[in-house]
Amino acid sequence: MRILSLRALITSRGMKVKVLCRNPDDYVRETTRDIQRVPRNYDPTIHPFEVSREYTRALNATKLERIFAKPFVASLDGHRDGINCLAKHAKTLSVVLSGACDGEVKIWNLSKRECMRTIQAHEGFVRGICSRFCGSSFFTVGDDKTVKQWNMEPPGRGLQEEPLNTILGKAVYTGIDHHQTEGTFATCGQTVDIWDEQRSSPIRSFSWGVDSFSCVRYNPVETELLASCASDRSIILYDMRESAPLKKIIMQLRSNTLCWNPMEAYNFTCSNEDYNLYTYDMRRLDVPVTVHMDHVSAVLDVDYSPTGKEFVSASFDKTIRIFPKNSGHSREVYHTKRMQHVICVKWSADNKYILSGSDEMNIRLWKANASEKLGLLTPREKAALNYNQKLRDKFQHHPQVRRIARHRHLPRDLFKQKRELREMKEARRRKAQNVRKHSKPGSVPLVTEKEKHVVSVVE
Amino acid sequence: MAGGGNNEEELSPDDEHIISASEEEDGSDDESKHAKLLEAISSLGKRKRMKRTERSEASVQVSEFSVNADGTGEKVNLSDLLGTMDKTPGAPNKTKQQLKNLQNRKETLELPLSKQQTEKIQREVAYDKSSKEVSRWETVITQNQKAEQLVFPLRQDPTGPKRMEQVVAGWKAKTPLEKEIFSLLHSNNQPIHDPLLTPAEEASIKAMSLEEAKIRQAEFRKARVLQSYYEAKARRERKIKSKKYHKLQKKAKVKAFLKQFDEMMKTDPAGALEELKKMELSRMQERMSLKHQNSGKWAKSKAIMAKYDDAARKAMQEQLEMNKQLTQKLVVPSDDDDDEERNVEEADALPDFVNDPEPILDSVNPWMRGKLTQEHSEPEVTAVATETAVETKDEGQNGQREDEEEEENEEEKLLREFERKRKLRQDEDDDLVPVPQEEKQGERFSLCFTKPRHFLAIFSKLSLFNRLMKSSSVPPVPEQTGAEEAELLDEGLVRVRTMDDLEALQQDVVMDTTQPAPASATPAPSMETTSEPPKKKKKKKGIDPNEVLTKEAKVIKMPLAPTVVEEEEEEVSEVHAEQTAIIKEAFAGDDVISDFLKDKRKQEKAGQAEVVDLTLPGWGEWGGVGLKPSKRKRRKFRLKAPAPPLRKDQNLPDVIISEKRNSSVANHQVSQLPFPFQNSTQFESCVRFPVGQTWNTQTTFRKLTAPKVVTKMGAIIEPMSKEDLPYKTNSRASLCILYIQSKLLN
Repeated sequence: MRILSLRALITSRGMKVKVLCRNPDDYVRETTRDIQRVPRNYDPTIHPFEVSREYTRALNATKLERIFAKPFVASLDGHRDGINCLAKHAKTLSVVLSGACDGEVKIWNLSKRECMRTIQAHEGFVRGICSRFCGSSFFTVGDDKTVKQWNMEPPGRGLQEEPLNTILGKAVYTGIDHHQTEGTFATCGQTVDIWDEQRSSPIRSFSWGVDSFSCVRYNPVETELLASCASDRSIILYDMRESAPLKKIIMQLRSNTLCWNPMEAYNFTCSNEDYNLYTYDMRRLDVPVTVHMDHVSAVLDVDYSPTGKEFVSASFDKTIRIFPKNSGHSREVYHTKRMQHVICVKWSADNKYILSGSDEMNIRLWKANASEKLGLLTPREKAALNYNQKLRDKFQHHPQVRRIARHRHLPRDLFKQKRELREMKEARRRKAQNVRKHSKPGSVPLVTEKEKHVVSVVE
Repeated sequence: MAGGGNNEEELSPDDEHIISASEEEDGSDDESKHAKLLEAISSLGKRKRMKRTERSEASVQVSEFSVNADGTGEKVNLSDLLGTMDKTPGAPNKTKQQLKNLQNRKETLELPLSKQQTEKIQREVAYDKSSKEVSRWETVITQNQKAEQLVFPLRQDPTGPKRMEQVVAGWKAKTPLEKEIFSLLHSNNQPIHDPLLTPAEEASIKAMSLEEAKIRQAEFRKARVLQSYYEAKARRERKIKSKKYHKLQKKAKVKAFLKQFDEMMKTDPAGALEELKKMELSRMQERMSLKHQNSGKWAKSKAIMAKYDDAARKAMQEQLEMNKQLTQKLVVPSDDDDDEERNVEEADALPDFVNDPEPILDSVNPWMRGKLTQEHSEPEVTAVATETAVETKDEGQNGQREDEEEEENEEEKLLREFERKRKLRQDEDDDLVPVPQEEKQGERFSLCFTKPRHFLAIFSKLSLFNRLMKSSSVPPVPEQTGAEEAELLDEGLVRVRTMDDLEALQQDVVMDTTQPAPASATPAPSMETTSEPPKKKKKKKGIDPNEVLTKEAKVIKMPLAPTVVEEEEEEVSEVHAEQTAIIKEAFAGDDVISDFLKDKRKQEKAGQAEVVDLTLPGWGEWGGVGLKPSKRKRRKFRLKAPAPPLRKDQNLPDVIISEKRNSSVANHQVSQLPFPFQNSTQFESCVRFPVGQTWNTQTTFRKLTAPKVVTKMGAIIEPMSKEDLPYKTNSRASLCILYIQSKLLN
């Protein structure tokens, strides 16, 4: 409402004259495609019933969000066996590498949704794949006891696909990860080995009474730290600079993979065989920070979003779930009729997409935010979306809004399994309660959910 | 011999040699040969073959291969060594004594720890180290968790001003005007590109991290602004021509100095001594110079005038007096009147702000408001010094005159007057000092608002809401006991595809909520505070239109949803009269008031406790037609329920208050207090405050609806790196800064 404003003019004689003027900038739109400028009166008496009106808007926003929730973007098919591992290109968003159970590695272009290159990398499974930090090459490990380094660029015309480097090992390697900034990488198998790219033997090799490891991961923030999952149900922490491992937690069941939080140096999450995921603070390993439940079968893979706020997990129960990093339950579940056991999952580096590789030879591309509109948004669209999001947050506790926002469809067998699990859990809880009730007070201690799953911490 | 054959494959050349040698020697004797062979073979299996170096050669005492052929099993004792010690004359007695003491000691050394234990210790140490290292990130992480908005990728191009070379490459002055300007700049040795930093500064900044550099840069900027400010101030003060002003100021300064000196004597005697030395020096200078000795030009002219002019005589006398004072040997100066020259010296030594006449004046200047950091005390001091120097120069020209008649109060009054005037002037040329950006914004902001107070309230609420929401996003300790926290999803078999399905979902909720909520639940915070607070529901059924329409004072004012209000009603008051008439006509036959009263009575009756008659005829006595149960029995079995609480509308004759729960509203209400909120009023205030564009200005709206996480399309979000760690003072960097600052100020 500042169309008319007082302006003080100073004349040549130094006299001040106040005049009323009308600035066209205040009421004329810039282009004809712009909307008309409408002066608004914010007097609250003119706009009554704000809560009820916003409530209705929130309800509509929630409904629209659910209507537009179509997370599935694309499926990349071409592999001839189940996909065993996935890797992101370190420097390019649109490139993804995948390794299959028949030893084939494919490089995909996500924007074109096509395979750019196929390499027969190993005999037997490709167990692990990772990109070098600069994105110029990538490493694979396989069942044929080799570590191979490949060029990211395809070979010239008529030339054979050949690795830049091949390291022959004594035992099968089951996982590989590359350092964030240096030319070293870590593999796991019978031991956890740290390699220099220039050498054919490991510069360091850790073992702690464990016969085989399933996963090793570098900490992306404190880049000298590593963690690995071993087959004796333990998670072991290492420091690359030290000669001995740091600490070991033994859990009730085996952990399959783990992932460090890229924004929180000391937190990591591991996916466990007991259908749960556990987030640990590496400084306090005796109790997990959070137990993430919802899967109904073993969790096979986990990956953090690059913002460190959420993570995605892939499970043997044929679903992918997205968990907020500090919440015990998932905020989203993705599944399709054709997707079988999901073996590997990755969150894209721009925080927008999720990639999942599953048993039935397909890589699927999902939106990380199910109802998000893809592509560029106009400022008005953006403002409207932000407003809707805010409204949903504001009214999230209201029963109608909550019911709609939380509803998800689940396949029948999963649903049944879930119900069954819930019943089992309830029964166990009841039994524990009864035991406690009928025994001497204090003799049966109350064990929290978090404490249940850690057997011991070994120093 | 199969085993022996196997062994032979592993033979080292030495062993073969041994065997062949033995064969050669005892070729005649078969038995002994056989025995030797057996021995040799048996010796092959053992690890330490070298120990059995036996040769049947003449030199039995000394082996060819090892020195210890003789006396292999014997131990070397300390006493053996000591024996030789006694013989050697060069060894000092002290060492001999020590060795003897050693010999007498019987204790053995402790065993080293086992391998497992040492490894465990190593691991523990390493773990402690790395967890300590990792804890450095704690501040950053908590900060990010608390942040209202996070923008990813974390490291983005610096938004600050860039050097011209960076922005425009290959730009040259083309137009004559530009050329002229450049030639001017060149001739005056001005920097053309206005570099933000000199090469030395840049190099030093490169040695620091980004964060440090930013902070340091801000400090440089501050220092520079401060410097220019003081320059401007000095210039301004130099222009003040009033002698009185300067005189008074000087007096004040001297006073302040003396005060400080007194304090110094108590607190810092060494400093005070130094001051005294300075005074002594100035005294010496005064004695050497011809100043105040009435030998100058001015004094001579005065001397001529002195005959006729009292004032001139007085001035001369004053001069002499001053000389006397200055050359007087003083331990502690107690006089108020002092010489200018000394003032200069003292002012130079003034280490504090004492001379600053206007510490509070510059409320506009952001640098003057806050407490200055240690680094900036330096520039201030120098600025003050220059100031005083300038003044003294002026004074020197004007000569000195002291008005002793003037009283303290008057002086102060005058000073204040001057300051006020100067303040006025300063307000006019405020452009010397940069106005902080925030304030400007604030002004604009308040201009946009029609009712600032209203918006203030809004902001306070908003901040509360945000805080609560934040605390929800960062739960302090998400307590997870046996009964785990509620799931985030309702997973079911129903697939929702259309809006109709969603409506159906809503219906589900209705079904859910119609079931009574658990009694333990906290009282439902009413969400629809605006439209219909359920507790204050007032049903007016069939009230006489006369009464309703005339009693305007009884219009219920909803707390925050102002309906169309009084003003409008005033406007349409003429219409009311008409409407009243019409309604009267329409409901001519109805007795609404009595209807209302009946209704109310009915409700009251319904609410009252009923008497329950539990008497069973025929029990304990005869029953049948015409027989009534006995009075005693009836009295015994008539149960009277306890009286209900008093009705709220008991004393309100024309009101019915119903306290029943309205299920149609309840479906939309929150039945339990959500997690982060402490009480229902908090929650209500959060909900009540609108965020939409309808109620808020564009900027407020944008602020309110800002998303929590912002990502850039197509940008790779790198994990946090060491550069994101908070700024830490390291000695090297701070040294650099000190150097640069000193350079800046010179």
